[in-house]
Amino acid sequence: MSGCSKRCKLGFVKFAQTVFKLITGTLSKDKIEDELEMTMVCHRPEGLEQLEAQTNFTKRELQVLYRGFKNECPSGAVNEETFKQIYAQFFPHGDASTYAHYLFNAFDTTQTGSVKFEDFVTALSTLLRGTVHEKLRWTFNLYDINKDGYINKEEMMDIVKAIYDMMGKYTYPVLKEDTPRQHVDVFFQKMDKNKDGIVTLDEFLESCQEDDNIMRSLQLFQNVM
Amino acid sequence: MAAGVAAWLPFARAAAIGWMPVANCPMPLAPAEKNKRQDELIILNVSGRRFQTWRTTLERYPDTLLGSTEKEFFFNEDTKEYFFDRDPEVFRCVLNFYRTGKLHYPRYECISAYDDELAFYGILPEIIGDCCYEEYKDRKRENAERLMDDNDSENNQESMPSLSFRQTMWRAFENPHTSTLALVFYYVTGFFIAVSVITNVVETVPCGTVPGSKELPCGERYSVAFFCLDTACVMIFTVEYLLRLFAAPSRYRFIRSVMSIIDVVAIMPYYIGLVMTNNEDVSGAFVTLRVFRVFRIFKFSRHSQGLRILGYTLKSCASELGFLLFSLTMAIIIFATVMFYAEKGSSASKFTSIPASFWYTIVTMTTLGYGDMVPKTIAGKIFGSICSLSGVLVIALPVPVIVSNFSRIYHQNQRADKRRAQKKARLARIRVAKTGSSNAYLHSKRNGLLNEALELTGTPEEEHMGKTTSLIESQHHHLLHCLEKTTGLSYLVDDPLLSVRTSTIKNHEFIDEQMFEQNCMESSMQNYPSTRSPSLSSHPGLTTTCCSRRGKKTTHLPNSNLPATRLRSMQELSTIHIQGSEQPSLTTSRSSLNLKADDGLRPNCKASQITTAIISIPTPPALTPEGESRPPPASPGPNTNIPSIASNVVKVSAL
Repeated sequence: MSGCSKRCKLGFVKFAQTVFKLITGTLSKDKIEDELEMTMVCHRPEGLEQLEAQTNFTKRELQVLYRGFKNECPSGAVNEETFKQIYAQFFPHGDASTYAHYLFNAFDTTQTGSVKFEDFVTALSTLLRGTVHEKLRWTFNLYDINKDGYINKEEMMDIVKAIYDMMGKYTYPVLKEDTPRQHVDVFFQKMDKNKDGIVTLDEFLESCQEDDNIMRSLQLFQNVM
Repeated sequence: MAAGVAAWLPFARAAAIGWMPVANCPMPLAPAEKNKRQDELIILNVSGRRFQTWRTTLERYPDTLLGSTEKEFFFNEDTKEYFFDRDPEVFRCVLNFYRTGKLHYPRYECISAYDDELAFYGILPEIIGDCCYEEYKDRKRENAERLMDDNDSENNQESMPSLSFRQTMWRAFENPHTSTLALVFYYVTGFFIAVSVITNVVETVPCGTVPGSKELPCGERYSVAFFCLDTACVMIFTVEYLLRLFAAPSRYRFIRSVMSIIDVVAIMPYYIGLVMTNNEDVSGAFVTLRVFRVFRIFKFSRHSQGLRILGYTLKSCASELGFLLFSLTMAIIIFATVMFYAEKGSSASKFTSIPASFWYTIVTMTTLGYGDMVPKTIAGKIFGSICSLSGVLVIALPVPVIVSNFSRIYHQNQRADKRRAQKKARLARIRVAKTGSSNAYLHSKRNGLLNEALELTGTPEEEHMGKTTSLIESQHHHLLHCLEKTTGLSYLVDDPLLSVRTSTIKNHEFIDEQMFEQNCMESSMQNYPSTRSPSLSSHPGLTTTCCSRRGKKTTHLPNSNLPATRLRSMQELSTIHIQGSEQPSLTTSRSSLNLKADDGLRPNCKASQITTAIISIPTPPALTPEGESRPPPASPGPNTNIPSIASNVVKVSAL
């Protein structure tokens, strides 16, 4: 029973302290301030020269990118919530949160839960200035939700469903239940060369490079910056 | 290391020569001074206001934006200065921090704006100097309280998708306004609480005499009636308590909460009374228990916000109240002792002991003055008057603190109510803005189409009718358009003049809500018979052909003539690219088809302008309310084209 008596003693001491505090008028603690989390995790990116060397951007472009990034996130890192909110602004009619979640995981290569400026700029460099190979590899990485090196039908369904979710409810024609599934089936027919139910990176690269439309559209956002 | 001290470092190092003779071992080598730059003036341009300072000043705090290499991101090569697009007023304080080592908080500045600036420059608010820290903290706490209210009310009002029965019940209990049933329940319980309290009171009123015995209170005269009423009330309260217990998300926490304890205390006496027999010795205790029935009145606090505020105030002023109580006790003991000894001499004095004098002291200090105990000696009277004067003072001191606390909490609540009322208007306006953005997209689509159609028909004077959209807007719209093409869904654009009809099933687009219902009722487009035209094939895939044309709005123009002449496959997905002759058409066969069709359509247009095919959208007869009976004209002229197109097109409701 020693544990019990210890607890009793503790309780008694606490009670005595409370009574004492009541008498001397120092009872109220600043509860609100406990909740004010002063966690300002400030992250600073590497130097401009280093980033210029690592990515395909010029100094000026990096400056522009950083200014925009810092304006949105003064702390230097974006977390998933902010990402989802940003996407919700761009696609106000649908629910962009699922897709934003997958996209965030694709950006956050080190799986730390926050995207720093370096991650941001590296991914952008791949997407905008990278070779076709790099772009396709990035896209493969986006689709591969569990990062196991293969895309299976469930992962594709999740991605496609997330994309359709972004459109929202009010579309013409009405989005049918199995439209995403059909979409995925068509995709798998094209991509899965050996029909084993999963798409590997090589199959993906091969199939995409055979398709002119895809190749052409990869160059689409060339001059986004 | 503090800023001021760094300047003395050369002196301290030079003075270290004083140790040399005494030292036993040789000294370590001095650190090499690489990159010894001449200290230079840096220009910081903050929204046009130029600040100048030495580089070393900024480098005193290397973990902030200005002190680290992060500021290189803001360096402007052309003007050789660092440009920051921020508030120059707050920057003054920030720069002073580097200069003096003390961060001050300007009182006129909004607390969240100041916090944002500090976050931007990477400065922790804790560094704020003692002179301004208190003010900063107070303002921050106020702001946090205000925002907490906002978040609380927001969370309460978010419509949750689907709640279990238990959760709906709990929500109904906590917020009576969520459903009518909850409201009814709320009022019924309130009524029964009132009934119960009133019966408790009336029970004790003398109710007239039964002949032959003394006056009875009503409770004993109509004991059966009162018992029934009591039973009914307790039944209701028990049921309510059990329901709340069932619905509570955390039963353990619910049981420990104040309201539940009040509930239990309110109904326990009844059950205990049922259990106990009419035993003589326990009935005394039982009578005492009935006192607890009065706690039912506290159940009203669920119904009255004012009561809750009062309770919350008392709780938050607990320390002041405690102090008041303690100081009063001290004063009472002092004065009681004094009065006792002063009155000891007088005969037949009521001040028989010190505890007996407590009563006199309390009555005097609170200025009640019943007069049942009065001092008779002169000394007693003198001390009695001092007692009453000091009583007034001691009580008056902590009261303003409590009053100000109450006022703060009350105003907070009022503000919360006001904000909740304004929330509806705010949400409505946000909704309007949202539809505005979608309308903007549709507008731009429409205007784009209008422009391109007019270009086609070659009426140059109307070319610039459309609104010019900013670059960001047009890029955003391009993004939305790409999403449309990816998914194959689409927005319907309406324009009575142009009557653009859009795509096949492959193209899902964004659409207005009203149109959505209309289209839902219309038939599925998927089942139309069509003849495959082999030259036109569609490419399934996530990215479609249209998106490869960046920078040009791709449009869908109807070809109402075509359905009669050539039915296309419903799977067709082709777009018109209106552009210069930069790119050859996607498939030559397409363009040939185009030309054939275009002969009739738009003889005015130069063939080189249209490179790729028409959209194949066979007009499903069901979708054209008025177009069913009208066969499209065979070879319309360009100017009659548009009206004929219009005739076969669904009239979409105006945005």
